[in-house]
Amino acid sequence: MNNIAALQDGKAVGDRMSRVDGRLKVTGGAKYSAEYELPGLVHSALVGSTIAKGRITSIDTKAAERAPGVLAVITHLNSPKVPGFAAKSNPDEPPAIGQPLRVFHDEKIYFNDQPVAIVVADTLERARHAARLVKVQYVAEQHQTNFEANKSKGFLPTQAKRNPKSAQNDYTRGQADGYQAAPVKLEAEYVHESEMHNPMELQSIIAHWEAADQLTVYDKVQAVKGTQRAFAKDWGLPEQNVKVIATFVGGAFGNGLHNWPHETAAIIAAKVTGKPVKLMLTREQMFTMVGYRPKTWQRIQMGATKDGKLVGITHESVGQTSTYEEFTESTVQQTRMMYAAPNVSTRYRILGLDVSTPIWMRGPGEATGAFALESAIDEMAHLVGLDPLEFRLRNYTDSDPEKNKPWSTKYLKECFQAGAERIGWSKRQLQPGQLREGDWLIGYGMGVGTFGANRGTAKARAALLADGSVLLQSATTDIGPGTGTAMVQIASDALGLPTDKIRFELGNSLFPQAPSQGGSSTVNTVGSAVNDACLALKKKLQELGGAAFANVQPEQLTLSGGQLGLKANGGPRMSFADLRKANNGQDVEVTTESKPSGDARQNYSMYSFSVHFAEVRVHAMTGEVRVTKMVSCADAGTIVNQKTAGSQMIGGAIGGIGMALHEGAVMDDRFGRYVTKDLADYHVPVHADAPPVEVYFVNKPDPLVDALGTKGIGEIAIIGVAPAITNAIFNATGKRIRELPVTPDKVLLA
Amino acid sequence: MNPFQYVRATKAKAAIDARAGDATSQFIAGGTNLLDLMKRGVMTPQRLIDINKLPFDKIERQSNGLRIGALALNSTTAEDKQVLERAPLLAQALNAGASAQLRNMATVGGNMLQRTRCSYFYDPAMPCNKREPGSGCGALEGYNRMHAIFGFSDKCIAVHPSDMSVALVALDAAVLVSGPKGERRLAFGDLHRLPGDEPQRDTNLEAGELITAVEVPDSPFTKHVHYLKVRERASYAFALVSVAAALSLDGNTIKDARLAMGGVAHKPWRLTEAEKSLIGKPATEATFQEAARVAMQGAKAFKHNQYKLKLAPNAIVQALKNAAAVS
Repeated sequence: MNNIAALQDGKAVGDRMSRVDGRLKVTGGAKYSAEYELPGLVHSALVGSTIAKGRITSIDTKAAERAPGVLAVITHLNSPKVPGFAAKSNPDEPPAIGQPLRVFHDEKIYFNDQPVAIVVADTLERARHAARLVKVQYVAEQHQTNFEANKSKGFLPTQAKRNPKSAQNDYTRGQADGYQAAPVKLEAEYVHESEMHNPMELQSIIAHWEAADQLTVYDKVQAVKGTQRAFAKDWGLPEQNVKVIATFVGGAFGNGLHNWPHETAAIIAAKVTGKPVKLMLTREQMFTMVGYRPKTWQRIQMGATKDGKLVGITHESVGQTSTYEEFTESTVQQTRMMYAAPNVSTRYRILGLDVSTPIWMRGPGEATGAFALESAIDEMAHLVGLDPLEFRLRNYTDSDPEKNKPWSTKYLKECFQAGAERIGWSKRQLQPGQLREGDWLIGYGMGVGTFGANRGTAKARAALLADGSVLLQSATTDIGPGTGTAMVQIASDALGLPTDKIRFELGNSLFPQAPSQGGSSTVNTVGSAVNDACLALKKKLQELGGAAFANVQPEQLTLSGGQLGLKANGGPRMSFADLRKANNGQDVEVTTESKPSGDARQNYSMYSFSVHFAEVRVHAMTGEVRVTKMVSCADAGTIVNQKTAGSQMIGGAIGGIGMALHEGAVMDDRFGRYVTKDLADYHVPVHADAPPVEVYFVNKPDPLVDALGTKGIGEIAIIGVAPAITNAIFNATGKRIRELPVTPDKVLLA
Repeated sequence: MNPFQYVRATKAKAAIDARAGDATSQFIAGGTNLLDLMKRGVMTPQRLIDINKLPFDKIERQSNGLRIGALALNSTTAEDKQVLERAPLLAQALNAGASAQLRNMATVGGNMLQRTRCSYFYDPAMPCNKREPGSGCGALEGYNRMHAIFGFSDKCIAVHPSDMSVALVALDAAVLVSGPKGERRLAFGDLHRLPGDEPQRDTNLEAGELITAVEVPDSPFTKHVHYLKVRERASYAFALVSVAAALSLDGNTIKDARLAMGGVAHKPWRLTEAEKSLIGKPATEATFQEAARVAMQGAKAFKHNQYKLKLAPNAIVQALKNAAAVS
């Protein structure tokens, strides 16, 4: 009934519709990558290196091979060579920008727990047991995993050296390091430890060679088409010979935006055994080989006038990467465009260590950068004696100072106001340490986030089926935000068809091209494609109807309630099922491609914005920090679904609590091996850490980004959360802790 | 994990004989720790002797206290009326441990026998004298933020992770043990060991000995008690430091006191000198500060756990304040 009510308003978009796949997910009906039961399926387990750098001198696989149920033990000594690895085969010189780890390619070790063997057996337990029986000898070389000791070796990414227009290059607006001329100056360094990807669903794959040149993978990825291309290239196959299925993804946050060593290991194992091979990583392996938000050092130097006008900001950053791939992210971007400072310099460097390659993690780069920038803004506000909200307003900019373009839309001030009211900002004291309840010190903080309102190119197929329902397909994925639900809502409005008559299919490389789900761009990109495909389908239906009705022009016909008819009541009407009959009983079908408008992108600067407000309590005696309330406000354009979008914001806020207070991998540099390798040692927030999170959306369309007016939510949900919390800790205690996570020991000793 | 045999014991004697005759075997009850250790390859028993069917799950009132069967669940024990009435400190400590799901599986006997959570112990690729005697202590010169400040040796600086045990040692509990040589009774404080030169030995139990019950004597500590657990997140984390504090008050005068700490040593750390310093004094913050000062004598920190030298006394003061309800 909900759907019909929404349609009478002419809008499913904006409805708080429950997830189309919610029931499947909560009843166990949703099938994840490791859950496909293929005939003859066998299991596997990886053996990881116990050194960080060096080479394998021998591998004894005899005991493992003799263990019950074992079908194969594959190492670099007996692995079939992956054809795509050969092109860049000099192991001493990884190519400049990098190449994913060449699994079982040679004896070289690049990081600790690097897969050096895969054991295939009839059961998971037998595979894992036999994996322990593989004995590997190494010659270790001196590894470098200590970030601090190597920080000065940070370098400009190769892509910046090659391309002067790359955003990774150094940037200067006004005077270089112009902050120096200001009467009030600050300099501060900010560090956060690597944050390891740990979505609920472990990384897993089933690899199946259906023929010698036909590969199918059920794989936990965010890009089915990208994965198809990568594996087709690796194995020298035409793209259509590789099929990638990722119908459900149990959280990813960026973890699925790269193809990882275990995927290729499973594909090799399937090749060797001739059977479908399942490989699911252990939780411990999630910490060592499938990406993370890289440890990053940042320094902000900032100058302002005594009345709180920014004179200049210099933002430097060094982020960790591996020795075999150059991972980069937009750590300093927010500093370039958020505030009206006349002098801004940014310098971004990366540091290759003997570790596995990082990958984007929700709010990549920007979340890291915002921790430094938004902390420094808070520090400067304190120095000039201003409320940090007022300080931000004095440096607010109504156009993009980096690109010298107008914003497509920017409603950040509305977010400030809504958030300040809801958190009770008026209770905040200008001087820290003023509010106390028993042994708990209370503080308030805020942090701003932004992320590009990106849009890519995507295709969608829309088909009217025999039962009068519409099937939509596009090769995107849904890692949790509710993509399928949003697409159904968009299609419902475009077609005038109730949402329960629409099905959206994704996560299959056979479907029309769509980019990876990432960068907060899926609704902008795929939503636009779905909208366009539905409008094209509607036009086709109008033409069919126009031919069927006498003396009626197609454009006079409108769709509503699943029927085609004249605008005025009482005229002739045709159901979708009848329309299909009029199409000679064939499905009425269109596939369209949608691209962003070049002109709008040329003339405007397009960003989503957010602000997060936090209320924290810090225990005066124990240093424990508890976030007691959060308000997250977003200018993200049109909100397609307040319920799922709200969930995204809440999830981002809780992820930000983890970033601020809990998450941080610890490396023992003597061994080049992580010490924190499970969820007991590496903490993420639990329910008791999640406070009430109130969400506010401006919900005003940005018609320049796309016809729907959407801008994107996923990243801005977390960008700016960590500094909101650390700023609140300062407000509560007067202690400024610039190293994340802020654990009780740091609070006590600060 | 390695392949293993599984047998289910229906009689205590059969279980004890089976364990005593086979050094590669292990008792299993709730399995909340042992299975993790087996999956990680830290422990590789060849045989598991399931003791869950043994009749040791009763919580009974005795003439001088409570007798809690070793197989009573953590959750059952924490919710038991007698426990709440006579040993509320124990209930608080139990509820501070793990998660509701784990407390529903974990037994009282298993809780006290859980092994250290030291990361080096958990990773067979790292040195650890407790897991592999002679391989060295990874934590000593490594990442030792969670580690001991009391009673450690140069062989091992790990801490015992149980919350329940901290309350039990404070309450002068005793452990009832059945073994190949018959039954015996250990003061709870004598159950766990300091690492010394044999960190592989967590307890003073002999091979084949099975804990059947724990006895908690009646005490005046039924009102002014507090179990304070300091941890990085609000729930489901091991203690950085924990304190079991119990006071017997006459007006504002402390008649008797119990104090123990967790997360600071290889065993639950009873603070008898600090207890003595409290007796006869007014229940004030100054008294508690003095007790904390006494408690911390002899503490020594490593590179990453310096904070415990500040946190532990603060936690003692806070726990005593909460116990006495002194604002």
